[in-house]
Amino acid sequence: MNTKILSKGLAARAGILAGGVALGALLVGSALAEPALIYDAAGKNDKSFNEMAWNGAEMYAAANNLPYSDLEIQTDAQREQALRRFARSGASPIVVPGFTWAEPVSVVAQEFPDTNFAIIDAVVDLPNVRSVLFKEQEGSYLVGALAALKSETGTIGFVTAFDFPLLQAFGCGYVQGAKAANADIEVLQNFIGTGFEAFGDINTAGEIGRSQVERGADVIFAAAGGAGEGALQAAADAGVYGIGVDSNQNYLFPGNMLTSMVKRVDIAVLNAFQDELDGNFTAGVQVLGLAEGGVSAAMDEFNAPLITPEMQAVLDDFIAKINSGEIVVHDYRSDNSCPVS
Amino acid sequence: MNFFSDIILMLDSSVRLAVPILLAALAGLYSERSGIVDIGLEGKMLGAAFAAAAVAAVTGSPWLGLLAAIAVSSFMAMIHAIASINMRGNQIISGVALNFLALGATVFVGHSWFKRGGSTPNLSTEARFSPIELPFAEQLGGIPIVGEIYEQLISGHNLIVYVAFLAVPVTAWVLFRTRFGLRLRAVGENPKALDTAGISVTRLRYQALIIGGILCGLAGAYLSTGQGASFSDNMTAGRGFIALAALIFAKWKPVPVLWTCLLFGVLSAAQIRLQGVEFPLIGEVPVQAIQALPYILTVILLAGFIGRSVAPKAVGQPYIKER
Repeated sequence: MNTKILSKGLAARAGILAGGVALGALLVGSALAEPALIYDAAGKNDKSFNEMAWNGAEMYAAANNLPYSDLEIQTDAQREQALRRFARSGASPIVVPGFTWAEPVSVVAQEFPDTNFAIIDAVVDLPNVRSVLFKEQEGSYLVGALAALKSETGTIGFVTAFDFPLLQAFGCGYVQGAKAANADIEVLQNFIGTGFEAFGDINTAGEIGRSQVERGADVIFAAAGGAGEGALQAAADAGVYGIGVDSNQNYLFPGNMLTSMVKRVDIAVLNAFQDELDGNFTAGVQVLGLAEGGVSAAMDEFNAPLITPEMQAVLDDFIAKINSGEIVVHDYRSDNSCPVS
Repeated sequence: MNFFSDIILMLDSSVRLAVPILLAALAGLYSERSGIVDIGLEGKMLGAAFAAAAVAAVTGSPWLGLLAAIAVSSFMAMIHAIASINMRGNQIISGVALNFLALGATVFVGHSWFKRGGSTPNLSTEARFSPIELPFAEQLGGIPIVGEIYEQLISGHNLIVYVAFLAVPVTAWVLFRTRFGLRLRAVGENPKALDTAGISVTRLRYQALIIGGILCGLAGAYLSTGQGASFSDNMTAGRGFIALAALIFAKWKPVPVLWTCLLFGVLSAAQIRLQGVEFPLIGEVPVQAIQALPYILTVILLAGFIGRSVAPKAVGQPYIKER
């Protein structure tokens, strides 16, 4: 009984306090609320995930002619420290790309309930945190369809780091797309290693790429971070096609890169910054799929000669059907299994 | 016939997978035969891999990359030498420190140099060690079995692969047929006896560690400019430790080292091909079980059949001259 009353009283006081702080933040907020971006360990210029995030911030700066702050951390210990420093200086929203940020964000976001945070690729369930996820399976479906259409041998490959739900979602989408474009296609699937160290093991990835080529694969989708380049290199060396991941990697081996499964991290960053500026920042989980422009199969001058009009037509058809809901791409993470293999 | 060429391709892959482990294990062999524990193989290889990829990317020459790799790896070996021979420090600690140094320093230097999060740019074909076609490979390829083995399995590797396989008989010869080898074996068993005979223990151990440094340099260059075409964070992925295990299984002898490394290579290559394959009666085996196969089988085959493996007697003990 007593405790109940006490806790009620505390809650009320906390509410008043929070209101006061919010008012204070409002008064000074407009002058200080500069958005901030803190990169993941790989750093700003990783030609991939983090660089995409940076591009998003640059898009915001160019569109609004407004500044933003950013920071590259040097060690894991700096994560919480950096978040606190930005929060204390009044930055909002603070955007962090990468699931390794989940723990620090959940700690610091509670300390600064009036600062908005956004995390990409992970879910932090707090009232001031926006969690942005991508429908990797939809983008993978599209590149899978392209791979199946391009393949002359009837065999395509998928190389990923290790058995992990997020990575399996790439593979599962890829197989679904490939089977939709060509029901008889055979998909070879390989894991590089058994843990996070596999993301760096270029050599094993290359060896796997070679083995897939030797087993008849003529298009290989490498969803394995930095190690993926090993498999793409193997494909290029053998004169077959590779498919990149996360950022547009078509430029890596021109003529041998069929496409890339792009995760628009830049859009996620831009949206978070812009929403705060426009005053409609929302917390909660945001899932960016094909319809939201969150994932796509990259098309540019490097792979234009490889995509025939017929392939483009099929691709457009699949995009329309996914957007209209006629095709629902199964998400491996929803039940930890894949209907096709 | 199709089955046969599949086997050849798998063995080809095994050779490529075995090379870095073989070179590192031979490096460890020289070092440990001289009485210095070399747990820093992993770090030396990683440092060398970075140096090779970075220098090859900047200069466009794999040869300069190889030189840089050997220089970096030998330099790290010298740190180990000073710590464990002159300062008489704990050799395990010094080796572990080298591993951590390499892990951090490569990414730090790489990132400030190339701004790619610790990776180096992709190397063009000219900046890599490319496959060497042995003479008559194409003509002999037509001959069934023998010709195919020659064309596909023996020919078509890069230079470092041939150097690695050549290093095995050379090491065996050096170790068991030369005066240097005799002394090297003796210094790892009973340094005092050597010292009494007027031979410098310090000098011998330094020589052994330099040879180890060169071999680790080759292994690193192979990873980033031969088999691969760039450096990435922690790309050795434990190969140095596997090499150490291979060395122990092979009882610190060069030819058994070759067989152990090849066995591991074959099992790793088989592992890649067996992922997701439906087996008769059993069905599909969980991928983790397949991936653990090389390690499990290595332990069973080697621990079961090799028997007791005794290290050089003086390994790990700093030599202190009595006054």
